[in-house]
Amino acid sequence: MLDNLTQRLTRVVKTLRGQARLTEANIDEALRDVRLALLEADVSLPVVKDFLQRVREQALGQQVIGSLTPGQALIGVVHDELVRLMGGEAAGLNLAVQPPAVILLAGLQGAGKTTTAGKLGKLLRETEKKKVLAVSCDVYRPAAIEQLRQVAAQAGIEFLPTDPNDKPVDIVRHATDYARRHYIDVLIVDTAGRLAVDVDMMDEIRALHGALHPAETLFVVDAMLGQDAVNTARAFAEALPLTGVILTKLDGDARGGAALSVRQVTGAPLKFAGIGEKLGGLEAFHPRRMASRILGMGDIVGLVEEARRTVDEGQAKALAQKIKSGKGFDLNDFLEQIAQVRKMGGLSALLDKLPAGLAQAAQQAQGQVDDRTTRRIQGIIHAMTPAERARPEIIKASRKRRIALGSGVSVQEVNRLLNQFEQTQKLMKQMSRGGAQKMLRGLRGMLPGMR
Amino acid sequence: MFGFFKRGGKTAAPIAPTEAPGEDKPSLLARLRAGLAKTRTQIGGQLSGIFRRARIDEDLLEELESSLLMADVGVEATEWLMQSLRERIRRDRLERPESLRTALIELLTELLQPMERPLDLADRKPFIIMVAGVNGSGKTTSIGKLACHLRAHGLSVLLAAGDTFRAAAREQLKVWGERNGIDVVAQEGGDAAAVVFDAVQAAKARGIDVLIADTAGRLPTQLHLMEEIAKIKRVIAKAEPGGPHEVLLVLDANIGQNTLAQLQAFDAALGVTGLIVTKLDGTAKGGVIAAIARSRRGQPPALRFIGVGEALDDLQPFSARAFAEALFESQPEPT
Ligand SMILES: Nc1nc2c(ncn2[C@@H]2O[C@H](COP(=O)(O)OP(=O)(O)OP(=O)(O)O)[C@@H](O)[C@H]2O)c(=O)[nH]1
Ligand SMILES: Nc1nc2c(ncn2[C@@H]2O[C@H](COP(=O)(O)OP(=O)(O)OP(=O)(O)O)[C@@H](O)[C@H]2O)c(=O)[nH]1
Ligand SMILES: [Mg+2]
Ligand SMILES: [Mg+2]
Repeated sequence: MLDNLTQRLTRVVKTLRGQARLTEANIDEALRDVRLALLEADVSLPVVKDFLQRVREQALGQQVIGSLTPGQALIGVVHDELVRLMGGEAAGLNLAVQPPAVILLAGLQGAGKTTTAGKLGKLLRETEKKKVLAVSCDVYRPAAIEQLRQVAAQAGIEFLPTDPNDKPVDIVRHATDYARRHYIDVLIVDTAGRLAVDVDMMDEIRALHGALHPAETLFVVDAMLGQDAVNTARAFAEALPLTGVILTKLDGDARGGAALSVRQVTGAPLKFAGIGEKLGGLEAFHPRRMASRILGMGDIVGLVEEARRTVDEGQAKALAQKIKSGKGFDLNDFLEQIAQVRKMGGLSALLDKLPAGLAQAAQQAQGQVDDRTTRRIQGIIHAMTPAERARPEIIKASRKRRIALGSGVSVQEVNRLLNQFEQTQKLMKQMSRGGAQKMLRGLRGMLPGMR
Repeated sequence: MFGFFKRGGKTAAPIAPTEAPGEDKPSLLARLRAGLAKTRTQIGGQLSGIFRRARIDEDLLEELESSLLMADVGVEATEWLMQSLRERIRRDRLERPESLRTALIELLTELLQPMERPLDLADRKPFIIMVAGVNGSGKTTSIGKLACHLRAHGLSVLLAAGDTFRAAAREQLKVWGERNGIDVVAQEGGDAAAVVFDAVQAAKARGIDVLIADTAGRLPTQLHLMEEIAKIKRVIAKAEPGGPHEVLLVLDANIGQNTLAQLQAFDAALGVTGLIVTKLDGTAKGGVIAAIARSRRGQPPALRFIGVGEALDDLQPFSARAFAEALFESQPEPT
C-alpha cells in the first residue's frame, strides 16, 4: 500500500502536469497499448475498434484517482468495460419448459460439443437431479456416435443409440418422441461440427432447431479461436437463435479474446467455461477473470483496484470501529455505506454490473449523480424519520406506506430495501471481529449484483 | 448494481455497437462496420476492393494492415510485412494499388517459402511418424488423409491408436483404417506408449513402409501430458533407433495467436519436424503461419500439408505461393 505522502505528491505532480484527468492525449497513448493487448489476445479487429471507441468515450474527462498514472487509470476503465460486456444478466441454463427441455449444441469441428454434452449431462444429473438423455445427430464423423455413447456412460446419463444411416432430422424427431414417452427431463442433442460457410450443414442445423424447439441453443466455441471468430459466430447466430455460449479449453494458456468477439457479435450470454477434458471440467463463466485474462495486465488491474480501495479506507475503518465498539449497525450507517460505495468507485471494481468505476468516482467528485437506483435507495432512507433510521425494526405497514409515499416508490421497494438492510446487519454482527477489508469483502457479497 | 430494484425488469443489452467516430478515418470504420453486418467478412473480398482504389495512400495501407491482422498474421509479423511493403513501395516506386497486391504476395511468399519442404520419406523402413497437437486440432482425421496420400504413392501404411484417453478415439482411427484398407494397432485401454511400442514392432515384423502414431490431444498447460508425450517419443526411439523420423504437429487454422505457443511447447517437448494446418476450407485464413515463419526466421518448421476438408482426399501439399495468394483471394461464394 502506498503511503500518504507519496500519494499526495503524485497527485500534485499530476495536477501540475494537468494529468489529473483522462484527456485525449493521455488516453490515446494508453489505448495504443490496449489495442495491441487485445489483438494479441485474438479479439477480432472490428470488435477491438468498436470497443476502444466506447472506452474512449467513457474515459474522457474521468478523474485519475489516488496514485495512479493516467495509463493505469485507463486500464481500469478498459477492464471494467470488458467485465461489463462479458457479464450482463446472470446466465444459468433456462430449462423451465414443458419437459423434455431440449439443449441443442452447435459449433465448429473439434470445438468440444460432444465432451460438453457429457459435462452438461453430468452437471444436470448431479446438481439438479434431472433425468437426462443424450442423442447424437453426428452421422458424419467417424465414431462420433460411439464417442457420445461412451461420454454419456461416463456422465451417468441415458443415451439413445442412433444409426449413421439415419437422417439427423429423423433422429431428433425420434429422440423427442422417445424422451416424452420415457419422462426425460432434459434431452441433450449433440450435432456434427460444421463450418459456417457450409450452406447445406447450416441448413441442416436450422432444420434441427426447427424440429426441436430447444429450451437452450448453445454455441460451443474453442477459447483459442482467432480473428475469424467473428465470422463464425455471426453465421451461427444468424442461422440459430442462440441462447448462450460455452467457451471450451480455457484450461489452456490462450488469452481467449474470442470470448469478447463472440459475445459482441452474438449478443448471447457466456454461460459456461470448459476447463478440462474430464466431465467435471465445466464451470460457470467468470466475466472478471476472463477480462483480466484477455487484457493480460493483471498486475495493473490489481494496482488500480488497490488504489480505488484505498480512497475511502479511512472512512471504512471508522465504520468498522463503530461496529466493533458494539453500537448497532443502523440505517444511517447503511446510508453512509451506500454513499461510500458510490464515492469509492472502488467497490465498483468489485461490482460486476457497475458501468465504469472511475466514471462513477469522477462523477461523484463533480457532484453529478446519475445512478437512478442508488438515488432511490437514498431517497427511501431520507424519507424515514431519525428514529426509524436508528431502529428499523419499528417500521411496520403504516410507516412503510408513508415512507413509500414520501420517496415516490412502491411499498415493495421499501420492503426490499429493509430486507437488504437486515441481511447486511446480520453480516455486520457476524463480523464484529473483522477488519475493514474483511467487512468490505463481506459487503460485496451482500449487495446484489456485487461480487 | 443494486439489482433488487431491477428484478423483473430487463437490463438493456450491453452489446449494442456504438456509432463510428465521425472525425478520423470514417471510411475504414464504415467499411469495417459494413463488414460486420455482412454474413461473412471476406478478407480477400475486402482486399480486392482495396486494390481497386485510385492511388496508394495511408488509408489504403492501413486497410491492408487491418486485413493482415484479421487473417491472424499477428501484430509482430504484420508490422514487419507493412514495413517491408513500404520499403518496396519506395524502392520500386510503386504507384498503382494493384501493384501493392503483387508486392505483398511476393513478400509473403518469400516469408513462407522456407516452410515449403515436403515430407521426405528417405529410405528408412519403417518410416515412423508421430502426430501431436492440442485437443480437436484434427490429428486423427489428418492421419486418415495422410495414410490415403501415402497409399496413393504405393506405400504400405500401419496406424497406431496412441490416443488411449479420449472416448472412442480408437474407434475413430479404426474407421480411418477401414477407409484406407489398412491395419490399426490398438489395445483395450492401456498405456499409449505401450500401444505405440507394439505398433513399431508390428511394422518392423511386417515390413511396413510407414507407421503413423496417433496421440491424444493435449494442451501445453497440462505438463504431465507433455511429459507423457515425450515419453512416447522415447519409447519409439527405443523400439526403433533413429525414430520417430517425423514429429508432425497438427494445427487448426481457426486458432489465433496461441498457435505460436503450441508450436513452442510441442517443439520443446518433442522436437517438431513438420506441421499440418487443418480446416483451411473454412473462412479462417491461417495467417498465423506467417507469424510462425517470422518468429522462426532462419529455421522455420516445415509445413508439410494443409487440410481442406473432412474427406480422405482433403489433404494438400503446402505451397507458399498458393497460400499467400489465397490470403488475398475471396472465398468461393457458398453454393
Ligand atoms: N483441455 C480441454 N479439452 C477439451 C475441452 N473440451 C473438449 N476438449 C477436448 O477437445 C477435443 C474435441 O472435443 P469433442 O467433444 O470431440 O469436440 P466436438 O466439437 O464434438 O468435435 P466434432 O464432433 O469432431 O466437431 C477432445 O479431445 C476433447 O477431449 C476443455 O474444456 N478442455
Ligand atoms: N472442415 C474441416 N474439418 C476438419 C479438418 N480436419 C479435421 N476436421 C474435423 O475436425 C474435428 C476434429 O478432428 P479430429 O481428427 O478428431 O481431431 P483430433 O486432433 O484427433 O482430436 P482429439 O483427438 O480429440 O484431440 C473433426 O470433426 C474432423 O472431421 C479439415 O481440414 N477441414
Ligand atoms: Mg462431436
Ligand atoms: Mg484424435
